[in-house]
Amino acid sequence: MPLGTYKEALSARATDSKITDVSQDGGIVSALLCYALDEGIIEGAVVAGTPDEDWRPIPTVVTSSDEVIAAAGTKYSMSPTLSALKEATRQYGLEKVGVVATPCQIQGLRKANAYPLTRFVTGKISLIIGIYCMENFPMASLDTFATAKLGFDSLQDASKMDIGKGKFWLTKDGEDSGLAIKETHGYEQAGCNICMDYVAEWADVSTGSVGSPDGWSTVLTRTDAGETVFKAAVDAGLIETKPMDEVKPGLGLLEKLAAGKKDKNGKERERRAKMGLPLPVEY
Amino acid sequence: MFDKLKKAFGGSKEEVAPKVEEKVEAAPAPEAAPAASAKPRIGYIHLSGCTGDAMSLTENYDILSTVLTDLVDIVYGQTLVDKWVHGTYAEEMPEMDLCLIEGSVCLQDEHSVQELLMAREKSGLICAFGSCAMTGCFTTFARGGQQAQPKHESFAPISSLVKVDLALPGCPVAPEMIANAVVALCNGDLEYLQPAMDIAACNAGCGCDVMTNIIRNGLCTGCGTCALACPTRAMGFTEGRPSCDRDRCIKCGSCYAMCPRAWLPIKRIKEETGL
Repeated sequence: MPLGTYKEALSARATDSKITDVSQDGGIVSALLCYALDEGIIEGAVVAGTPDEDWRPIPTVVTSSDEVIAAAGTKYSMSPTLSALKEATRQYGLEKVGVVATPCQIQGLRKANAYPLTRFVTGKISLIIGIYCMENFPMASLDTFATAKLGFDSLQDASKMDIGKGKFWLTKDGEDSGLAIKETHGYEQAGCNICMDYVAEWADVSTGSVGSPDGWSTVLTRTDAGETVFKAAVDAGLIETKPMDEVKPGLGLLEKLAAGKKDKNGKERERRAKMGLPLPVEY
Repeated sequence: MFDKLKKAFGGSKEEVAPKVEEKVEAAPAPEAAPAASAKPRIGYIHLSGCTGDAMSLTENYDILSTVLTDLVDIVYGQTLVDKWVHGTYAEEMPEMDLCLIEGSVCLQDEHSVQELLMAREKSGLICAFGSCAMTGCFTTFARGGQQAQPKHESFAPISSLVKVDLALPGCPVAPEMIANAVVALCNGDLEYLQPAMDIAACNAGCGCDVMTNIIRNGLCTGCGTCALACPTRAMGFTEGRPSCDRDRCIKCGSCYAMCPRAWLPIKRIKEETGL
């Protein structure tokens, strides 16, 4: 099961143009957060924002729809998002917190739930929205893509960043420049190379662009909590859906990429083990 | 309840605990005879620590009364039951199934050393309860030269003197972690306690662990769990990697213990989430 355990797979997008104007794809993460905030399911959330609009992700606590929308869009570099959970629970005093997290961050979250070594934080996590993630790049790698490979003067000239259709895209003055994904290989952080999870298998609900048409996202509902929130947001009219078998390229592509990541990184794990390098101890 | 656990540990280092093996065989079997005397006998020894771990224990209001009245007998402890060995005027230390030890051991304090060694002899299991006992934590920074005992300068992890069977890091140990560990102990849930057993021998514990064991081995993804774990906010981030401010780090070891790339309880997570 390359996609992990899930209840339902759907293609979906937010209905509010305030969200879809700024969102990466279907705006599912933003729509779910806005709905959960409005309904009091969460009191706030920790997300990766870019307050300086320089593509550098900064863990950010959001408590309103406006703040959610201000933080919308994917950042392709590392954000120590979980560090902001302490701020959310201690400074903000939030009792019900949402988290938008990559697969590796969700591993940290779920471990912290199972072994709550930090006091009075992990019990307050009410919703984990997972985002599909193949790999993540140091800022210097993104700089390289922009300047050395795409001929930009600076990464800061890019108004949009995206990965899709086999390319890494930067948009400048309304014009898209694409870099073949294989050109980015070797620039990802090393820790990603042993990760076996593409589709955030331990999230309450996972989402990402792969499998759905432009402007739509593929959603996997996983836990009861994730399914409840997603269905309620759909019923409230904030999100519209289509069955996966009615959209192209469909779930097959997501499965293919998820299985590909497991295969490739499984081999890297074996390679490291053979060299005598440590891997995370699994219980 | 503790039978399975004790068998798994197989007693302790012979030189410090020759009686333990014997006691393991004689351990009570509460399932077979649920008499009052069959409850696990717990001790709590307070060495050089701030009582934060004991306070954390008592913060489990919802389960504490049940645990104390129905599940365990606290048979030894200055704070919890006012029973302890008064230096040379010793009352005898009772036999214990599990002894929780809070605080590091001051090597120049004869009473602490004696009480710790005696606990190893009298107790089936020794748990380093909190980071001071496990790693020395902030008592590592002691320099002596202070009243009332200027000579007291060396505050060591208890594993320096005795074999430790399991360790729960934290400054203090989080109440939820204590509750989970107590439930696991009472249920003989070895699997849950396995990580706590595997880190029992660790006596280093500081932000450096994340650097040397995780970043230097190409395992870090910059997720931020270590910064969440850090009780003193010593963990900052540079280029997506934790960087420990060593002036703030108290060497509690929480960052490394929490890191999902140090160890990952996959089975437990799947059970808890149904995923």
